[in-house]
Amino acid sequence: MRLETITLSNLRRRKGRLIFLVAGLLLGVGTVVTLLSLSRALTAEAQHKLENFGANILLTPRSDNLSLSYGGIALGGVTVETEDIRQDDLALIRTIPNSRNVAVVAPKTLGAVQLNGKRVLLMGVDPSQEFALKRWWQVEGRPLSADDELVVGSSAARNLGLSIGDKVSLRGEPFTVSGILKQTGSQDDHLVLASLPVAQGLLGKPGRLSLVEVSALCSDCPVEDMVHQISSVLPDVEVHAIQQVVKTRMHALEEFRRFSLTVAAVVLLVGGMVVFVTMMGAVKERTREIGIFRAIGYRRSHIMRLILGESIIVSVFSGVLGYLGGMTVTWAALPFLSEETSHASHGETVSHWLWWHPELAAGAVILAVVIGCLASFYPALHASRMDPSEALRTL
Amino acid sequence: MSLIEIRELSKRYTGDAGCVEALRQVDLNLEEGTFLGVLGPSGSGKSTLLTLLGGLCHPTSGKICIDGIDLYELPGEKLADFRREYVGFVFQSFNLVPYLTALENVMVPLAVRALPSREKRTRAEAALDAVGLGHRCKHLPNQLSGGEQERVAIARALVNDPPLLLADEPTGSLDTETSHEIMGVLSALHAAGQTIVMVTHNRENLDYFDRAIQLRDGRIVEDRHGRSRRLQAQG
Repeated sequence: MRLETITLSNLRRRKGRLIFLVAGLLLGVGTVVTLLSLSRALTAEAQHKLENFGANILLTPRSDNLSLSYGGIALGGVTVETEDIRQDDLALIRTIPNSRNVAVVAPKTLGAVQLNGKRVLLMGVDPSQEFALKRWWQVEGRPLSADDELVVGSSAARNLGLSIGDKVSLRGEPFTVSGILKQTGSQDDHLVLASLPVAQGLLGKPGRLSLVEVSALCSDCPVEDMVHQISSVLPDVEVHAIQQVVKTRMHALEEFRRFSLTVAAVVLLVGGMVVFVTMMGAVKERTREIGIFRAIGYRRSHIMRLILGESIIVSVFSGVLGYLGGMTVTWAALPFLSEETSHASHGETVSHWLWWHPELAAGAVILAVVIGCLASFYPALHASRMDPSEALRTL
Repeated sequence: MSLIEIRELSKRYTGDAGCVEALRQVDLNLEEGTFLGVLGPSGSGKSTLLTLLGGLCHPTSGKICIDGIDLYELPGEKLADFRREYVGFVFQSFNLVPYLTALENVMVPLAVRALPSREKRTRAEAALDAVGLGHRCKHLPNQLSGGEQERVAIARALVNDPPLLLADEPTGSLDTETSHEIMGVLSALHAAGQTIVMVTHNRENLDYFDRAIQLRDGRIVEDRHGRSRRLQAQG
């Protein structure tokens, strides 16, 4: 027999109190796990969007004039000539401190050309980078795969009367329409896409770029830092962050995280108080036993071990249950909070963001043990300091 | 050599009702192997004397030496160690731990000792056998009679093989027949050389003691050696 035998026997005997203690801690730990895992899942979802749904940094030639366009509508007569970006300079982006966060660099050269008797906007792109950046693009036919191919935006195809496989001529050079972009609802619908070197040749801008879109993975770096770093290596280029939507979402999530931590702290405090009051009651109830233990030669440290041992066992149990309970609640609540719910069936896309973090599980158990021990420390100290003769006098 | 030496022992309790002198300048020597009965009316200081002998509270003045150890000069938790090694307690109301079996109750003092589990169990079984309860080792206290519970308490007090056994009215809540059974057990232990100090109200137990002291108002008013019914006659 060891002290732990007495502790376990006592817990087995006083099941009502055991349930009450577990419930108090479970509620606290479960709430923390729920809020943290929800916060993590929603943040991961937002970051996924940040990383996969378009550029978040835009590089344009430096100009002293203000842009007089909005929503794709440019006011005529105010455009001034600007010096294009040099294609060779793009390599410098890969030298910035956060270069590992740069996912996609999509250069573009823009210019007007005549096609089937109409003026259209030709955009030269690096197909692999462009299509990686704009994952929402859907091409009817085939994306760009050869220098003599064109992909045409849906509006442009309609206006020019083009269909897949048509042969066209641009500045005297023959091209085949390999694909038509499905409608995007953006200015991309009016474009004619060609490979970058071909477009540069046609527009007389070899090695020159009109704009560059960059997608940066910003889960561990503020996008402002990236902008600053790119600006320092490309001083002649305007670098802008496109982040309003994501930033708003991230801000909301940060607010949610703070709210979660506050609620969790309050619930933990309540849980701790439940444990404290219950353990104090248990110590009072066990005055008789503690008196006997002290009378037969138990040291104060032995009494502390008896009370804290009980608390640790209850806490570990509560921590494990709290983690499982919290994750279950998160799994159930996530579909109602995720932005992907509208187009995801329950448990498919949404559960993609729910991870069973071992560190969160370990954290939940450690948290439960810390709260349990802190709340039980005074009752244990009180019990250990009990005068054995006083305790026996209550017999 | 005396096992117990008590010199000018006093204990004063201070409470809302004022001061109570529970013991006043008590001197006592007790030889090893003695079965000492402590008698006296309520409030005479019997239980206080037992409490002080067991190292459960500190005297107001005076000293107690047991086996040459000055009890209240022991630092910190050494007093708890002393209780564990030198003293066995038997309480009036049994005071068994209700959620442990008879065997586990007897093993409670051994739970904090660095002994192999097997030895702890063997010792506890032997102690239960010694009080005639080996066959009831798996029963919980509420499944045992009063006399059986008291015998379990005696086994628990003896499991560490202490030089001194302190018993506070061990027959106080038992019927006459069971009281005789318990006194028989204590007598057998005494016959085997165990030193016992027992507080009692029951003067019928005088036959079992080979020394008896009478306390009144915190003082020893009579100290009789040898088995005698004289104290009983005096009331």
